[in-house]
Amino acid sequence: MTTSVVPPVPKRGFGYWLKKHFFSTWLNSVITVLFGALLIWMCVKLSNWAIFDAIWTVDNKEHCGHGAGACWAVIQDRGRLILFGLYPYEEQWRSTLACLIVILTIGLSCLPSLWSIKKLPTLWVIGFGAFVLLMRGGFAGLPLVTSEQWGGLSLTIFIFSAVFVLGMPLAVVFALARRSSLPVIAKGTGLFIDLVRSLPLLTILFAAAVVVPLLVPDWLEGNKLGRVVVAFAVFFAVYQAEIIRAGLQSTSQGQNEAAAALGMPYWSLVVDILLPQAFRNTLPSTINQAVITFKETSIVTIIGFFEVMASGNAAIGGGEWTEQFVEVYVFLALVYFVFVFGLSRYGAWLENRMRVGHA
Amino acid sequence: MTKLFTSQKFRRTAVQVLFVAVVAMFILATIIVGRTNIADQGIATGFGFLNQTTGWPVSFSLTDVGPRSTYTQVLFAGLLNTMLVGFMTLIFATVLGLLLALMRISSNSLMKLVGTTYVEVFRNVPVILQVFFWYAILTHFPGPRQAYSLADMAFFSNRGLMLPAPSLSGLDVAIFLIGCVAIGFGLKSFKPKKSGLRLPLAILAAVALFGVLLLTGREADVPLWSVPELKGLRFVGGVSLKPEFSALLIGLTLFGASYIGEIIRGGLISVDKGKLEAGSALGMSPFQINRYIRIPLAFRAMLPSLSNQYIWLMKGTTVGIAIGYPDYFAIVSTSINQSGQTMELLALLMGGFIVVNYSIGFAMNLLNTRLKLKGRS
Repeated sequence: MTTSVVPPVPKRGFGYWLKKHFFSTWLNSVITVLFGALLIWMCVKLSNWAIFDAIWTVDNKEHCGHGAGACWAVIQDRGRLILFGLYPYEEQWRSTLACLIVILTIGLSCLPSLWSIKKLPTLWVIGFGAFVLLMRGGFAGLPLVTSEQWGGLSLTIFIFSAVFVLGMPLAVVFALARRSSLPVIAKGTGLFIDLVRSLPLLTILFAAAVVVPLLVPDWLEGNKLGRVVVAFAVFFAVYQAEIIRAGLQSTSQGQNEAAAALGMPYWSLVVDILLPQAFRNTLPSTINQAVITFKETSIVTIIGFFEVMASGNAAIGGGEWTEQFVEVYVFLALVYFVFVFGLSRYGAWLENRMRVGHA
Repeated sequence: MTKLFTSQKFRRTAVQVLFVAVVAMFILATIIVGRTNIADQGIATGFGFLNQTTGWPVSFSLTDVGPRSTYTQVLFAGLLNTMLVGFMTLIFATVLGLLLALMRISSNSLMKLVGTTYVEVFRNVPVILQVFFWYAILTHFPGPRQAYSLADMAFFSNRGLMLPAPSLSGLDVAIFLIGCVAIGFGLKSFKPKKSGLRLPLAILAAVALFGVLLLTGREADVPLWSVPELKGLRFVGGVSLKPEFSALLIGLTLFGASYIGEIIRGGLISVDKGKLEAGSALGMSPFQINRYIRIPLAFRAMLPSLSNQYIWLMKGTTVGIAIGYPDYFAIVSTSINQSGQTMELLALLMGGFIVVNYSIGFAMNLLNTRLKLKGRS
């Protein structure tokens, strides 16, 4: 006698999905019900606060704070201060345009077709140069706006892109020096990298802002923003150098030997063979480092720069909007979130894509 | 002569000598310029200032320091403040991170959603913004008279969080800590029949020691727990957490937990599924699989990134200066302003962080080696 075994019916449908993901055991069911209720309650409260009960315009300002929801009027009133800082009012279109150029540059560098050792640096030098020219002005009828007047989001973006543009070549130099076959240079660079890595960013920026003027002759002092950006770039470079070094180590030794057998000079080996692979292999970590750097630009507010974090604090500092600190901080958080989340999602997507490609 | 310049060995040596010479000249030049600049301001170089009194107060410290303390004492208090907030952050952030990691790998999609949302929100906002936010929240609490109270035991006002605390003297705390270390060492040689009994026994011993100290080490009329009470315009008794300290602790913990959670999650999912299935094929219970297979393997995988993150968090405590928490960096920066001993204080600042960070790195490395030796993978 034979018994026929029926193949198991694949379980599908909404009911099965619900059971599998939310009610698989009695413990899961309890958690789902309790947490679900809590979540729904929180979502209702939050949306009431942020949207339905919120006050959107300065005209209704007198209703703010009396049991109503968020008072977004503060953003309407102080938004320009937060985004542009003390940049002259009539010239703020320049600041906007300059930021858009950098954002476009970031967007373009995400396109794989532009990933070449010549195109990418050119793109960044042009993008960054255009940003600085527009912000500074002083030509073609544009009034001069010195860097002391830069502020808000554009200063944040300036610091970020300047650190990136200066720090990246420096990182390559550090990484190559640390892998140098000359022991003194390799050890010396290694010592420097480890020393900087063990220090908090804030102490390095503080030293650049306050201490360096004491240690260098006057003609080398430069302005405070310049010193801080250079110090930040060095800090970025030592972290990025370790990433590039990991990338260089992942290239096979045979390629070095092949290049030597073909009589390639050292620079050609580095630029044409090693670096493209090193960057390609470490792209997710590089993006992660960029994300961290963007968040850490907020640190410069402590040493007295008027970037978006500081201008946010200034917006609630005036006395008029002191009670609206939650709204301003939420707005600032959203500004950072848009940049950081976008970049990190891109990094995650790239990592996934590369994992598939090189499996 | 040309032979000398084309010789590989000579060129290599020459480049290195040049490198050392340039670096040495650079360092020497900064020192010379720095010394003349500082001497022009009429400030004596050297570490003699460490024995002078500071003349300014420190708003929060574990040790007893004031305007009459010396620079050494104040700097030490700052280092203690950094370590206090740093280590508390590490502990809380690790616990919260573990919770988040468990949520994100749970089979319940709702938990996954909550964990993921938390991580994405807190990881993508700068830590300094979060610290400012919590500081603003805490300082906008009502004054002491209208303080929020929790069953009249704990109070939340704009002066800080007032919590009840056991009436223990500093000596009691020291005895308790030494006792705990002793219990830890005793545990190593103590081998009960059931190995699962060791940890509960140790906890029991620690609790017993705590109870004995609480009952014996106090004056007859002092209550067991010191509960904060409103007297006039301020609270008396209990332990008070200043808004600066609490905001820094909350901000760093919530931020750090999102990173630590991701590291722990990464470690847990890195464990090969086949090993877990092998465990269940051998008849191990789910608890045993977690205890003897999954956690040891995951722990080993996550340790390097975890130690990096710990060092990062330790360095992250420097943002405390933004809200006026007197950590080591804040104290050094005030000292530079007040005494002008820039170079010496900068060296002390770097030295302090290098010592703290290398100690964490060293401890984590030690743990790493121990784990590596034990496992025979």
